[in-house]
Amino acid sequence: METLVSTQPVCKFAPWEDPAQEPLVRFESVTKKFGDFTAIEDLTLNIYEREFFALLGPSGCGKTTMMRMLAGFEYPTAGNIMLGQSNLQKAPPHKRPVNMMFQSYALFPHMTVEQNIGFGLKQEKTPKTEIRRRVEEMLSLVQLEPFAKRKPHQLSGGQKQRVALARSLAKKPKLLLLDEPLGALDRKLREQTQFELMNIQEQLGLTFVIVTHDQEEAMTVASRIAVMDHGKIVQVATPAEIYEYPNSRYSADFLGDVNIIEGQIDVTTGETVSLAWAEGETPLAISTKLRPQTGTTAWLAVRPEKLRISKEKPENVDNCIQGEVWDIGYTGNISTYHVKASNGAILKAQVSNREHLADRSITWEDNVYVYWEKGAGVFLEA
Amino acid sequence: MAVADITSPSEEIQETSGLSSGWGRRLLIAIPYIWLLIFFLAPFVIVLKISLSDVILARPPYFPNFDISEGWQGLLAMLQAFDLENYVWLTEDTLYLNSYLSSLRIASISTLLTLVIGYPIAYAMAKAPKEWRATLLMLVILPFWTSFLIRVYAWIGILKKEGFLNYFLLWTGVIDEPLMILNTDTAIYIGIVYSYLPFMVLPLYAVLEKLDISLLEAATDLGCSPLKAFWVITLPLSLPGVWAGCFLVFIPAVGEFVIPDILGGSSTIMIGKTLWVEFFSNRDWPVASAVAILLLLMLILPIILFQKQQEKQAEASQ
Ligand SMILES: Nc1ncnc2c1ncn2[C@@H]1O[C@H](COP(=O)(O)OP(=O)(O)OP(=O)(O)O)[C@@H](O)[C@H]1O
Ligand SMILES: [Mg+2]
Repeated sequence: METLVSTQPVCKFAPWEDPAQEPLVRFESVTKKFGDFTAIEDLTLNIYEREFFALLGPSGCGKTTMMRMLAGFEYPTAGNIMLGQSNLQKAPPHKRPVNMMFQSYALFPHMTVEQNIGFGLKQEKTPKTEIRRRVEEMLSLVQLEPFAKRKPHQLSGGQKQRVALARSLAKKPKLLLLDEPLGALDRKLREQTQFELMNIQEQLGLTFVIVTHDQEEAMTVASRIAVMDHGKIVQVATPAEIYEYPNSRYSADFLGDVNIIEGQIDVTTGETVSLAWAEGETPLAISTKLRPQTGTTAWLAVRPEKLRISKEKPENVDNCIQGEVWDIGYTGNISTYHVKASNGAILKAQVSNREHLADRSITWEDNVYVYWEKGAGVFLEA
Repeated sequence: MAVADITSPSEEIQETSGLSSGWGRRLLIAIPYIWLLIFFLAPFVIVLKISLSDVILARPPYFPNFDISEGWQGLLAMLQAFDLENYVWLTEDTLYLNSYLSSLRIASISTLLTLVIGYPIAYAMAKAPKEWRATLLMLVILPFWTSFLIRVYAWIGILKKEGFLNYFLLWTGVIDEPLMILNTDTAIYIGIVYSYLPFMVLPLYAVLEKLDISLLEAATDLGCSPLKAFWVITLPLSLPGVWAGCFLVFIPAVGEFVIPDILGGSSTIMIGKTLWVEFFSNRDWPVASAVAILLLLMLILPIILFQKQQEKQAEASQ
């Protein structure tokens, strides 16, 4: 079983596990309504200093609204937002140590790239030489040195996005809000910039909150991820935790590929439940600390790469489903086998391609066995 | 208005550039030019011709006249009779120079006043809730439904010694003596500002309403107070509207005749009034035409500036 946890540094950064730690940002039962539409509903969340916090969720779930409340453009309808010891309810945007990179960039069209980037520093009455130095630093960070004297309308979409990023970073704010900061960049530049962002954040000890639609990006940069749905938070945890131990079908499905099998609780023995999932099939075993009622509906989530596949019936495995190869997806480094089980459910099993395509033994319409350990799946009650 | 006629061809060209048919396209482009030719260039040439002629007691009151029956010879004879006498005359009598300068002064001050009054109005309109804006816009345009002349006359009733304004101010006790406003420069400023305010408000409103609110949010987010954000973001970005409004007020205000005639005193000279006196009281059409030609030449500079500004704006918004 490959784990993402093992890649974390030895000295673990996890202030959220330490009850003595004061969070930098606290959402306390925050509700935000626009007219009678509820954009954020009774949301409670702590974000700690030096975190790289990612908000993940479908379009319209309230990510930008949360950012705008932090920046001070919207005020909660109910509840409080605390920044350190101060209640943000009363602070106007220009008095908050918070900078935001706008989803729409919001570059000043009558100013050059340089002036845009230096704008925040100028408001602080930073000396001219210092402004120039910082602007240059930011320009080189986003690789826009040749464009310093251009106006925003002379830039491409990706270039504009980088100017917006540089402008929000220039003041090195205590809390930086990035609303889809890298969406318009090509893959290579995006990866570079992600890396740079992580560097800056770590070196300067800043706190970042990022919105992204790219789950790979969220997994790469974030210390923790909040999975959101319709103005509510479904799960807040480290990327590895959400991936390995999602708390619901929604967050399992949102981050990465997953097989979800519905069934009824059969028996619970010790820390293992068995789930009856189809007529005439052996119930599936799942490790869990929960003790669910027999007969209730529940789900098993298991990642495709944790499934193994073979043509011969395996011996001594916790779970095994027989089926027929329905489709094979080939993406170079891995192959995904779509296997149709007896009840019509499709299971996806991923196998890394160690052999050449021609040497593959399993092909369409083969009768195969898909199997996995009981610890590989996750038991879900919702 | 002359300004609108002059700017229209370039707009027409841009609008029709999508047409593929060559002839239809040329025709469409030609229409504004033909319009200009008939309604601007032809009258201009006639006035120019009169300005180069001599005044005589006759009908028409100038000489030479071109008689088509004399053919080519007649045309040559007429050209030879032309001279710049009237223009020389304009430089000799200080009345004309003073009229021009006074007109420029009054037009500049009125433009500035209109801007100072119009900007907050346009700003408030642009910031008003969306559902109100159409109504507010309507209210700005509403005065156009009544004749301009009647509206200016109405101001006599307001400004005169026994007028509404004095009546009101005396009643509230702000003043003890009625103010003498009618027949002064102040009355002219009031008249011009009142009459031309919509021309200032409309272009300003157009730019202010389009202003992206997230720019102001970004500015305050970066530590700019709302007041300062107005100075560094809103104001610079509304400059195209400021320019358009100023030109739309300044250009007609320079040649204004009705307002100084009705509301102004006899001591106020403006070029429009001087022109009127030359044409109708002195019946000196050639000098009056020369005055008109010089006025036009004077206004060409601001008109060109206005057009440059419009072009620049069109470029920037692409
Ligand atoms: N000013 C507003 N007035 C009314 N409704 C609003 C307003 N701002 C946001 N909303 C609504 O609130 C909900 C959340 O919007 P928000 O912008 O936070 O979404 P988001 O998660 O950022 O989406 P996306 O990923 O598309 O950017 C949406 O349904 C949106 O229509
Ligand atoms: Mg958004």
